[in-house]
Amino acid sequence: MMKKTIMMLMLLSFALPRIYAQDDLMKMLDDDSKKTKKKNYATATFKTSRLINGHSIENVAPGVLDLKISHRFGMLNRGAYELFGLDQASMRIGLDYGISKRLMVGAGRSTYQKQYDAFAKFKILRQAQGGSPISVSAVSTVMLKTLKWDNISIKNYYTSRLSFAHQLIIARKFSDGLSLQLMPSFIHYNIAKNVTEPNDIFALGGGGRIKLNKRLSFNVEYYHVLPISIVTGENYRLAGTKNSLAVGFDIETGGHVFQLHFTNSTGMTEKTFITETTGDFFKGDVHFGFNVSRVFTIKTKKKK
Amino acid sequence: MDHSRNSKQLKQPNMKKSIVILLLSVISITAGAQSLYMTKAGKVSFNSRSSVEKIEADNNEVSSVINTQTGDMVFAILLKSFHFDRALMEEHFNENYVESDKFPKSTFKGKISNLSAINFTKDGNYPAVVEGDLTMHGVTKKVSSNGTLTVKAGKIAAYAKFSVKLKDFDISIPSLVADKISQDIDIIVDCKYDPKS
Repeated sequence: MMKKTIMMLMLLSFALPRIYAQDDLMKMLDDDSKKTKKKNYATATFKTSRLINGHSIENVAPGVLDLKISHRFGMLNRGAYELFGLDQASMRIGLDYGISKRLMVGAGRSTYQKQYDAFAKFKILRQAQGGSPISVSAVSTVMLKTLKWDNISIKNYYTSRLSFAHQLIIARKFSDGLSLQLMPSFIHYNIAKNVTEPNDIFALGGGGRIKLNKRLSFNVEYYHVLPISIVTGENYRLAGTKNSLAVGFDIETGGHVFQLHFTNSTGMTEKTFITETTGDFFKGDVHFGFNVSRVFTIKTKKKK
Repeated sequence: MDHSRNSKQLKQPNMKKSIVILLLSVISITAGAQSLYMTKAGKVSFNSRSSVEKIEADNNEVSSVINTQTGDMVFAILLKSFHFDRALMEEHFNENYVESDKFPKSTFKGKISNLSAINFTKDGNYPAVVEGDLTMHGVTKKVSSNGTLTVKAGKIAAYAKFSVKLKDFDISIPSLVADKISQDIDIIVDCKYDPKS
Protein backbone atom coordinates (compact mmCIF):
# COMPACT_ATOMS: atom_id res chain seq x y z
CA MET A 1 0.00 0.00 0.00
CA MET A 2 2.61 2.49 1.17
CA LYS A 3 5.01 1.43 -1.55
CA LYS A 4 2.35 1.99 -4.16
CA THR A 5 1.60 5.50 -2.96
CA ILE A 6 5.28 6.33 -2.92
CA MET A 7 5.69 4.99 -6.42
CA MET A 8 2.71 7.02 -7.56
CA LEU A 9 4.01 10.14 -5.94
CA MET A 10 7.44 9.63 -7.46
CA LEU A 11 5.96 9.06 -10.86
CA LEU A 12 3.86 12.15 -10.44
CA SER A 13 6.80 14.26 -9.37
CA PHE A 14 8.77 13.19 -12.44
CA ALA A 15 5.86 13.46 -14.77
CA LEU A 16 4.79 16.89 -13.65
CA PRO A 17 7.37 19.08 -15.40
CA ARG A 18 6.77 17.17 -18.59
CA ILE A 19 3.08 18.14 -18.58
CA TYR A 20 4.01 21.63 -19.62
CA ALA A 21 5.03 20.99 -23.19
CA GLN A 22 4.75 23.87 -25.67
CA ASP A 23 1.25 22.96 -26.73
CA ASP A 24 0.08 22.85 -23.15
CA LEU A 25 1.57 26.27 -22.55
CA MET A 26 -0.28 27.51 -25.62
CA LYS A 27 -3.48 25.98 -24.31
CA MET A 28 -2.89 27.73 -21.02
CA LEU A 29 -2.75 31.09 -22.84
CA ASP A 30 -5.86 30.23 -24.83
CA ASP A 31 -7.82 29.35 -21.71
CA ASP A 32 -6.65 32.50 -20.09
CA SER A 33 -7.66 34.68 -23.02
CA LYS A 34 -11.10 33.08 -23.00
CA LYS A 35 -11.54 34.18 -19.41
CA THR A 36 -10.75 37.80 -20.19
CA LYS A 37 -12.67 37.95 -23.43
CA LYS A 38 -12.18 41.08 -25.49
CA LYS A 39 -15.01 42.12 -27.78
CA ASN A 40 -14.07 41.68 -31.38
CA TYR A 41 -15.97 44.41 -33.23
CA ALA A 42 -16.68 44.16 -36.92
CA THR A 43 -14.48 46.67 -38.69
CA ALA A 44 -14.49 48.06 -42.22
CA THR A 45 -18.06 47.06 -43.04
CA PHE A 46 -17.70 49.60 -45.84
CA LYS A 47 -14.62 51.37 -47.17
CA THR A 48 -15.78 54.87 -46.41
CA SER A 49 -18.50 56.83 -44.62
CA ARG A 50 -20.68 57.08 -47.76
CA LEU A 51 -22.21 54.10 -49.53
CA ILE A 52 -22.72 56.09 -52.75
CA ASN A 53 -24.97 59.15 -52.32
CA GLY A 54 -25.94 58.52 -48.73
CA HIS A 55 -24.28 57.50 -45.52
CA SER A 56 -22.87 54.06 -44.82
CA ILE A 57 -22.50 52.64 -41.31
CA GLU A 58 -18.86 53.74 -41.21
CA ASN A 59 -17.56 56.73 -39.32
CA VAL A 60 -14.24 58.43 -39.81
CA ALA A 61 -11.88 57.52 -36.98
CA PRO A 62 -11.42 59.98 -34.11
CA GLY A 63 -9.01 62.75 -34.98
CA VAL A 64 -9.25 62.11 -38.70
CA LEU A 65 -10.37 64.72 -41.22
CA ASP A 66 -11.91 63.41 -44.42
CA LEU A 67 -12.07 65.72 -47.41
CA LYS A 68 -14.77 64.64 -49.82
CA ILE A 69 -15.19 65.96 -53.32
CA SER A 70 -18.18 64.60 -55.19
CA HIS A 71 -19.23 65.15 -58.78
CA ARG A 72 -22.26 64.16 -60.79
CA PHE A 73 -22.06 64.78 -64.49
CA GLY A 74 -25.11 65.39 -66.66
CA MET A 75 -27.37 62.62 -67.91
CA LEU A 76 -25.99 59.96 -70.22
CA ASN A 77 -29.00 60.08 -72.55
CA ARG A 78 -28.43 63.72 -73.48
CA GLY A 79 -26.37 62.55 -76.41
CA ALA A 80 -23.10 63.49 -78.04
CA TYR A 81 -23.89 67.22 -78.09
CA GLU A 82 -23.45 67.25 -74.30
CA LEU A 83 -20.79 64.54 -74.55
CA PHE A 84 -23.15 62.19 -72.75
CA GLY A 85 -23.47 64.50 -69.82
CA LEU A 86 -19.82 65.30 -69.30
CA ASP A 87 -20.41 68.96 -70.23
CA GLN A 88 -22.38 69.50 -67.05
CA ALA A 89 -21.47 68.90 -63.47
CA SER A 90 -23.10 69.12 -60.11
CA MET A 91 -20.71 68.98 -57.22
CA ARG A 92 -20.42 68.90 -53.46
CA ILE A 93 -17.31 69.62 -51.45
CA GLY A 94 -17.32 68.66 -47.82
CA LEU A 95 -15.29 67.95 -44.72
CA ASP A 96 -16.00 65.21 -42.20
CA TYR A 97 -14.31 64.91 -38.84
CA GLY A 98 -14.28 62.13 -36.24
CA ILE A 99 -14.80 63.50 -32.73
CA SER A 100 -14.85 60.20 -30.88
CA LYS A 101 -15.09 56.51 -31.65
CA ARG A 102 -18.84 56.89 -31.94
CA LEU A 103 -19.44 60.46 -33.09
CA MET A 104 -18.57 62.19 -36.33
CA VAL A 105 -19.69 65.48 -37.81
CA GLY A 106 -19.46 66.97 -41.27
CA ALA A 107 -20.46 69.88 -43.43
CA GLY A 108 -20.56 70.61 -47.11
CA ARG A 109 -21.61 72.87 -49.91
CA SER A 110 -23.33 71.74 -53.08
CA THR A 111 -23.67 73.62 -56.33
CA TYR A 112 -27.11 72.02 -56.72
CA GLN A 113 -29.61 74.54 -55.26
CA LYS A 114 -26.60 76.29 -53.69
CA GLN A 115 -27.03 74.18 -50.58
CA TYR A 116 -25.10 74.10 -47.35
CA ASP A 117 -25.46 70.97 -45.27
CA ALA A 118 -24.24 69.81 -41.89
CA PHE A 119 -24.69 66.50 -40.15
CA ALA A 120 -23.88 64.51 -37.05
CA LYS A 121 -23.65 60.75 -37.06
CA PHE A 122 -23.60 58.60 -33.95
CA LYS A 123 -22.88 54.89 -33.56
CA ILE A 124 -25.50 53.42 -31.28
CA LEU A 125 -24.65 49.74 -31.58
CA ARG A 126 -21.62 47.96 -32.93
CA GLN A 127 -21.63 44.49 -34.43
CA ALA A 128 -19.32 42.19 -32.49
CA GLN A 129 -18.38 38.54 -32.34
CA GLY A 130 -20.47 37.02 -29.56
CA GLY A 131 -22.25 40.36 -29.21
CA SER A 132 -24.68 42.32 -31.30
CA PRO A 133 -25.34 40.81 -34.74
CA ILE A 134 -25.85 44.27 -36.26
CA SER A 135 -24.49 47.78 -36.11
CA VAL A 136 -26.86 50.73 -35.77
CA SER A 137 -26.09 54.40 -36.34
CA ALA A 138 -28.21 57.53 -36.38
CA VAL A 139 -27.57 60.45 -38.75
CA SER A 140 -29.24 63.82 -38.70
CA THR A 141 -28.62 66.31 -41.47
CA VAL A 142 -29.75 69.89 -41.83
CA MET A 143 -29.78 71.41 -45.31
CA LEU A 144 -29.97 75.07 -46.22
CA LYS A 145 -30.98 76.02 -49.74
CA THR A 146 -29.60 79.47 -50.63
CA LEU A 147 -31.03 80.02 -54.11
CA LYS A 148 -32.63 83.43 -54.56
CA TRP A 149 -36.28 83.52 -53.54
CA ASP A 150 -38.73 82.49 -56.26
CA ASN A 151 -41.15 85.22 -55.32
CA ILE A 152 -39.83 88.41 -53.80
CA SER A 153 -43.23 90.10 -53.70
CA ILE A 154 -44.13 88.17 -50.55
CA LYS A 155 -42.41 88.08 -47.19
CA ASN A 156 -39.91 85.21 -47.21
CA TYR A 157 -38.60 83.68 -44.03
CA TYR A 158 -35.09 82.36 -43.59
CA THR A 159 -36.45 79.18 -42.00
CA SER A 160 -38.23 78.36 -45.25
CA ARG A 161 -34.82 77.54 -46.69
CA LEU A 162 -34.27 74.71 -44.23
CA SER A 163 -35.00 71.03 -44.51
CA PHE A 164 -33.98 68.13 -42.31
CA ALA A 165 -33.19 64.46 -42.75
CA HIS A 166 -33.08 61.87 -39.98
CA GLN A 167 -31.89 58.39 -40.72
CA LEU A 168 -31.19 55.17 -38.92
CA ILE A 169 -28.60 52.93 -40.47
CA ILE A 170 -28.81 49.26 -39.64
CA ALA A 171 -25.92 47.29 -41.05
CA ARG A 172 -24.37 43.89 -40.92
CA LYS A 173 -21.07 42.65 -42.25
CA PHE A 174 -22.04 39.12 -43.20
CA SER A 175 -18.56 38.18 -44.32
CA ASP A 176 -15.41 39.78 -45.62
CA GLY A 177 -17.05 39.96 -49.01
CA LEU A 178 -20.63 40.93 -48.20
CA SER A 179 -22.07 43.82 -46.18
CA LEU A 180 -25.69 44.98 -46.27
CA GLN A 181 -27.55 47.86 -44.68
CA LEU A 182 -31.06 49.27 -44.30
CA MET A 183 -31.74 52.99 -43.94
CA PRO A 184 -35.17 54.01 -42.66
CA SER A 185 -35.30 57.75 -43.39
CA PHE A 186 -37.48 60.73 -42.61
CA ILE A 187 -37.25 64.04 -44.48
CA HIS A 188 -38.87 67.23 -43.31
CA TYR A 189 -39.31 70.41 -45.37
CA ASN A 190 -40.05 73.54 -43.40
CA ILE A 191 -42.09 74.76 -46.32
CA ALA A 192 -43.93 72.91 -49.06
CA LYS A 193 -44.58 74.35 -52.52
CA ASN A 194 -48.36 74.04 -52.34
CA VAL A 195 -51.07 72.39 -50.30
CA THR A 196 -50.79 68.99 -51.93
CA GLU A 197 -47.01 68.73 -51.55
CA PRO A 198 -45.93 66.98 -48.35
CA ASN A 199 -43.75 68.53 -45.66
CA ASP A 200 -42.84 65.11 -44.32
CA ILE A 201 -41.61 62.25 -46.47
CA PHE A 202 -40.73 58.74 -45.35
CA ALA A 203 -38.38 56.44 -47.21
CA LEU A 204 -36.67 53.12 -46.72
CA GLY A 205 -33.20 52.71 -48.13
CA GLY A 206 -31.34 49.50 -48.77
CA GLY A 207 -27.86 48.87 -50.01
CA GLY A 208 -24.73 46.86 -49.75
CA ARG A 209 -21.41 45.93 -51.15
CA ILE A 210 -19.74 42.91 -52.60
CA LYS A 211 -15.98 42.99 -52.32
CA LEU A 212 -14.42 41.95 -55.59
CA ASN A 213 -10.90 42.00 -54.20
CA LYS A 214 -9.04 43.61 -51.32
CA ARG A 215 -9.17 47.07 -52.85
CA LEU A 216 -12.26 46.99 -55.05
CA SER A 217 -15.91 46.59 -54.16
CA PHE A 218 -19.22 46.78 -56.01
CA ASN A 219 -21.91 48.86 -54.28
CA VAL A 220 -25.65 49.32 -54.70
CA GLU A 221 -27.84 51.90 -52.99
CA TYR A 222 -31.60 52.36 -53.35
CA TYR A 223 -34.10 54.59 -51.57
CA HIS A 224 -37.81 53.78 -51.83
CA VAL A 225 -40.18 56.59 -50.89
CA LEU A 226 -42.88 55.05 -48.72
CA PRO A 227 -46.59 55.75 -49.34
CA ILE A 228 -47.12 57.29 -45.92
CA SER A 229 -48.61 60.73 -45.57
CA ILE A 230 -49.35 62.14 -42.17
CA VAL A 231 -51.66 64.88 -43.43
CA THR A 232 -54.74 63.75 -45.41
CA GLY A 233 -55.03 65.28 -48.82
CA GLU A 234 -51.26 65.58 -49.24
CA ASN A 235 -49.23 63.42 -51.58
CA TYR A 236 -46.71 61.10 -50.00
CA ARG A 237 -43.98 62.21 -52.39
CA LEU A 238 -43.03 65.31 -54.35
CA ALA A 239 -44.70 65.52 -57.76
CA GLY A 240 -42.79 63.98 -60.65
CA THR A 241 -40.09 62.34 -58.54
CA LYS A 242 -38.62 58.87 -58.79
CA ASN A 243 -36.85 56.62 -56.32
CA SER A 244 -33.09 57.03 -56.14
CA LEU A 245 -30.92 54.22 -57.41
CA ALA A 246 -27.15 54.12 -57.60
CA VAL A 247 -24.64 51.45 -58.52
CA GLY A 248 -20.90 51.85 -58.41
CA PHE A 249 -17.45 50.78 -57.38
CA ASP A 250 -15.23 51.69 -54.45
CA ILE A 251 -11.55 51.73 -55.32
CA GLU A 252 -9.13 52.10 -52.45
CA THR A 253 -5.58 53.30 -52.93
CA GLY A 254 -3.74 54.00 -49.68
CA GLY A 255 -5.11 57.23 -48.24
CA HIS A 256 -7.74 57.73 -50.96
CA VAL A 257 -11.02 56.05 -51.70
CA PHE A 258 -12.44 56.64 -55.18
CA GLN A 259 -16.10 55.91 -55.70
CA LEU A 260 -17.23 55.73 -59.31
CA HIS A 261 -20.91 55.26 -59.94
CA PHE A 262 -24.05 55.67 -62.01
CA THR A 263 -27.13 57.20 -60.45
CA ASN A 264 -30.39 58.88 -61.43
CA SER A 265 -29.95 61.50 -58.66
CA THR A 266 -28.41 64.89 -59.31
CA GLY A 267 -28.06 66.21 -55.77
CA MET A 268 -25.84 64.80 -53.07
CA THR A 269 -27.66 65.81 -49.91
CA GLU A 270 -30.26 63.56 -48.30
CA LYS A 271 -33.31 65.64 -49.14
CA THR A 272 -32.29 66.01 -52.77
CA PHE A 273 -31.45 62.43 -53.65
CA ILE A 274 -34.09 60.72 -51.51
CA THR A 275 -37.02 63.01 -52.33
CA GLU A 276 -36.15 65.17 -55.35
CA THR A 277 -34.75 62.68 -57.85
CA THR A 278 -36.50 63.13 -61.18
CA GLY A 279 -34.43 60.98 -63.50
CA ASP A 280 -35.67 57.59 -64.62
CA PHE A 281 -32.73 55.24 -64.25
CA PHE A 282 -34.02 52.74 -66.79
CA LYS A 283 -34.71 55.38 -69.45
CA GLY A 284 -31.13 56.53 -69.39
CA ASP A 285 -31.52 59.52 -67.07
CA VAL A 286 -28.31 58.41 -65.49
CA HIS A 287 -25.48 60.52 -64.20
CA PHE A 288 -21.95 59.25 -64.16
CA GLY A 289 -20.34 60.46 -60.96
CA PHE A 290 -17.52 60.06 -58.53
CA ASN A 291 -16.67 60.78 -54.92
CA VAL A 292 -13.05 61.21 -53.91
CA SER A 293 -12.21 60.83 -50.26
CA ARG A 294 -8.85 61.80 -48.83
CA VAL A 295 -8.15 61.39 -45.14
CA PHE A 296 -5.77 63.46 -43.05
CA THR A 297 -4.78 62.43 -39.56
CA ILE A 298 -5.11 65.60 -37.50
CA LYS A 299 -4.71 64.10 -34.08
CA THR A 300 -2.54 61.01 -33.77
CA LYS A 301 -3.31 58.48 -31.08
CA LYS A 302 -1.37 59.08 -27.93
CA LYS A 303 1.59 56.77 -27.74
CA LYS A 304 1.70 54.58 -24.65
CA MET B 1 2.50 -4.70 24.32
CA ASP B 2 5.83 -6.09 23.35
CA HIS B 3 4.50 -7.26 20.12
CA SER B 4 3.09 -3.95 19.17
CA ARG B 5 6.23 -2.03 20.12
CA ASN B 6 8.23 -4.40 18.02
CA SER B 7 6.15 -3.82 14.98
CA LYS B 8 6.37 -0.08 15.44
CA GLN B 9 10.12 -0.26 15.55
CA LEU B 10 10.11 -2.31 12.47
CA LYS B 11 8.03 0.16 10.60
CA GLN B 12 9.83 3.30 11.68
CA PRO B 13 12.67 3.39 9.14
CA ASN B 14 10.21 2.72 6.39
CA MET B 15 8.05 5.60 7.57
CA LYS B 16 10.98 8.00 7.63
CA LYS B 17 11.91 7.09 4.11
CA SER B 18 8.40 7.61 2.86
CA ILE B 19 8.20 11.01 4.53
CA VAL B 20 11.45 12.05 2.90
CA ILE B 21 10.23 10.89 -0.47
CA LEU B 22 6.93 12.58 0.09
CA LEU B 23 8.67 15.81 0.99
CA LEU B 24 10.92 15.54 -2.03
CA SER B 25 8.05 14.97 -4.36
CA VAL B 26 6.15 17.88 -2.85
CA ILE B 27 9.21 20.06 -3.38
CA SER B 28 9.54 18.92 -6.95
CA ILE B 29 5.84 19.64 -7.55
CA THR B 30 6.17 23.15 -6.21
CA ALA B 31 9.39 23.57 -8.18
CA GLY B 32 7.50 22.50 -11.26
CA ALA B 33 4.87 25.11 -10.60
CA GLN B 34 7.38 27.84 -9.97
CA SER B 35 9.13 27.15 -13.23
CA LEU B 36 6.27 28.80 -15.10
CA TYR B 37 6.38 32.52 -15.65
CA MET B 38 3.57 34.33 -17.38
CA THR B 39 2.44 37.70 -18.68
CA LYS B 40 -0.80 38.95 -20.19
CA ALA B 41 0.42 42.47 -20.81
CA GLY B 42 3.59 41.86 -22.76
CA LYS B 43 4.59 44.35 -25.38
CA VAL B 44 5.35 43.52 -28.98
CA SER B 45 5.93 46.29 -31.49
CA PHE B 46 6.97 46.32 -35.08
CA ASN B 47 8.13 48.91 -37.52
CA SER B 48 8.68 49.29 -41.18
CA ARG B 49 11.16 51.87 -42.31
CA SER B 50 11.13 52.82 -45.94
CA SER B 51 12.58 55.91 -47.52
CA VAL B 52 9.09 57.44 -47.71
CA GLU B 53 7.24 56.42 -44.60
CA LYS B 54 7.88 55.10 -41.12
CA ILE B 55 5.16 52.79 -39.86
CA GLU B 56 5.02 51.68 -36.25
CA ALA B 57 2.53 49.68 -34.23
CA ASP B 58 2.37 48.56 -30.62
CA ASN B 59 0.53 45.74 -28.94
CA ASN B 60 0.46 45.86 -25.15
CA GLU B 61 -1.80 42.87 -24.66
CA VAL B 62 0.51 40.04 -25.60
CA SER B 63 0.28 36.91 -23.49
CA SER B 64 3.25 34.64 -23.07
CA VAL B 65 4.58 31.83 -20.85
CA ILE B 66 8.13 30.71 -20.14
CA ASN B 67 8.90 27.35 -18.66
CA THR B 68 12.32 27.84 -17.06
CA GLN B 69 12.84 24.09 -16.63
CA THR B 70 12.44 23.12 -20.24
CA GLY B 71 13.24 26.48 -21.81
CA ASP B 72 9.93 26.50 -23.65
CA MET B 73 8.62 29.91 -24.55
CA VAL B 74 5.25 30.55 -26.17
CA PHE B 75 3.47 33.74 -27.26
CA ALA B 76 -0.12 34.43 -28.35
CA ILE B 77 -0.76 37.75 -30.07
CA LEU B 78 -4.11 39.14 -31.19
CA LEU B 79 -3.48 41.10 -34.37
CA LYS B 80 -6.39 43.47 -33.80
CA SER B 81 -4.62 44.65 -30.64
CA PHE B 82 -1.84 46.28 -32.65
CA HIS B 83 -2.40 50.00 -32.58
CA PHE B 84 -1.04 52.47 -35.09
CA ASP B 85 -0.69 56.23 -35.07
CA ARG B 86 -3.05 56.51 -38.00
CA ALA B 87 -6.46 54.87 -37.94
CA LEU B 88 -6.33 54.18 -41.65
CA MET B 89 -3.05 52.29 -41.31
CA GLU B 90 -4.65 50.14 -38.64
CA GLU B 91 -7.63 49.43 -40.87
CA HIS B 92 -5.43 48.54 -43.82
CA PHE B 93 -3.19 46.37 -41.63
CA ASN B 94 -6.18 44.33 -40.47
CA GLU B 95 -8.12 44.35 -43.74
CA ASN B 96 -5.52 44.11 -46.46
CA TYR B 97 -2.31 42.76 -45.02
CA VAL B 98 -2.67 40.36 -42.10
CA GLU B 99 -6.41 39.73 -42.74
CA SER B 100 -7.14 39.55 -39.04
CA ASP B 101 -10.73 38.38 -39.45
CA LYS B 102 -9.42 35.26 -41.18
CA PHE B 103 -6.26 34.91 -39.08
CA PRO B 104 -7.01 36.66 -35.78
CA LYS B 105 -4.02 35.36 -33.87
CA SER B 106 -0.31 35.09 -34.36
CA THR B 107 1.60 32.58 -32.25
CA PHE B 108 5.18 31.72 -31.47
CA LYS B 109 6.25 28.36 -30.04
CA GLY B 110 9.92 28.25 -29.25
CA LYS B 111 12.71 27.19 -26.99
CA ILE B 112 15.59 28.90 -25.30
CA SER B 113 18.49 27.08 -26.91
CA ASN B 114 21.16 28.15 -24.40
CA LEU B 115 19.09 27.28 -21.35
CA SER B 116 22.05 25.94 -19.38
CA ALA B 117 23.73 29.34 -19.50
CA ILE B 118 20.84 31.00 -17.71
CA ASN B 119 20.41 30.79 -13.96
CA PHE B 120 16.82 31.69 -13.21
CA THR B 121 17.48 31.65 -9.49
CA LYS B 122 20.17 34.32 -9.62
CA ASP B 123 19.56 37.97 -10.49
CA GLY B 124 21.37 39.13 -13.62
CA ASN B 125 21.28 39.79 -17.34
CA TYR B 126 21.63 36.72 -19.50
CA PRO B 127 22.05 36.76 -23.27
CA ALA B 128 19.60 34.26 -24.68
CA VAL B 129 18.97 32.63 -28.02
CA VAL B 130 15.39 31.67 -28.79
CA GLU B 131 14.40 29.52 -31.74
CA GLY B 132 10.98 28.39 -32.79
CA ASP B 133 7.97 28.56 -35.07
CA LEU B 134 6.27 31.86 -35.77
CA THR B 135 2.76 31.54 -37.18
CA MET B 136 1.16 34.53 -38.83
CA HIS B 137 -1.32 35.02 -41.69
CA GLY B 138 -1.72 31.23 -41.81
CA VAL B 139 1.97 30.61 -42.49
CA THR B 140 4.43 29.01 -40.06
CA LYS B 141 8.12 29.84 -40.34
CA LYS B 142 11.19 29.04 -38.27
CA VAL B 143 12.66 32.12 -36.71
CA SER B 144 15.53 32.65 -34.36
CA SER B 145 16.42 35.66 -32.30
CA ASN B 146 19.07 36.87 -29.92
CA GLY B 147 17.81 38.62 -26.87
CA THR B 148 18.28 39.25 -23.21
CA LEU B 149 16.65 37.63 -20.23
CA THR B 150 16.83 39.65 -17.05
CA VAL B 151 16.19 37.91 -13.76
CA LYS B 152 15.38 40.23 -10.92
CA ALA B 153 13.66 39.60 -7.61
CA GLY B 154 11.94 36.44 -8.78
CA LYS B 155 10.68 38.00 -12.01
CA ILE B 156 11.87 37.67 -15.57
CA ALA B 157 12.06 40.30 -18.26
CA ALA B 158 12.61 39.30 -21.88
CA TYR B 159 13.81 41.61 -24.62
CA ALA B 160 14.49 40.67 -28.21
CA LYS B 161 14.66 42.28 -31.59
CA PHE B 162 14.51 40.41 -34.84
CA SER B 163 13.42 40.86 -38.40
CA VAL B 164 11.00 39.01 -40.66
CA LYS B 165 10.26 39.26 -44.36
CA LEU B 166 6.67 39.98 -45.37
CA LYS B 167 6.81 37.69 -48.36
CA ASP B 168 7.72 34.75 -46.09
CA PHE B 169 4.26 35.10 -44.59
CA ASP B 170 2.41 35.53 -47.90
CA ILE B 171 1.76 39.20 -47.22
CA SER B 172 1.96 41.05 -50.49
CA ILE B 173 2.41 44.77 -50.90
CA PRO B 174 0.68 46.32 -53.91
CA SER B 175 3.07 48.09 -56.26
CA LEU B 176 1.26 51.38 -55.64
CA VAL B 177 2.49 51.55 -52.06
CA ALA B 178 5.64 49.46 -52.50
CA ASP B 179 7.90 52.41 -51.76
CA LYS B 180 6.03 53.15 -48.52
CA ILE B 181 6.18 49.73 -46.89
CA SER B 182 9.45 47.94 -46.31
CA GLN B 183 9.76 44.23 -47.10
CA ASP B 184 11.71 43.74 -43.87
CA ILE B 185 9.80 44.29 -40.68
CA ASP B 186 11.62 44.72 -37.37
CA ILE B 187 9.88 43.11 -34.44
CA ILE B 188 10.64 44.11 -30.86
CA VAL B 189 9.56 41.94 -27.95
CA ASP B 190 9.53 43.46 -24.48
CA CYS B 191 7.79 41.33 -21.87
CA LYS B 192 7.84 41.21 -18.09
CA TYR B 193 6.88 37.90 -16.57
CA ASP B 194 5.57 37.10 -13.12
CA PRO B 195 5.71 33.65 -11.55
CA LYS B 196 2.52 31.84 -12.40
CA SER B 197 0.54 31.10 -9.26
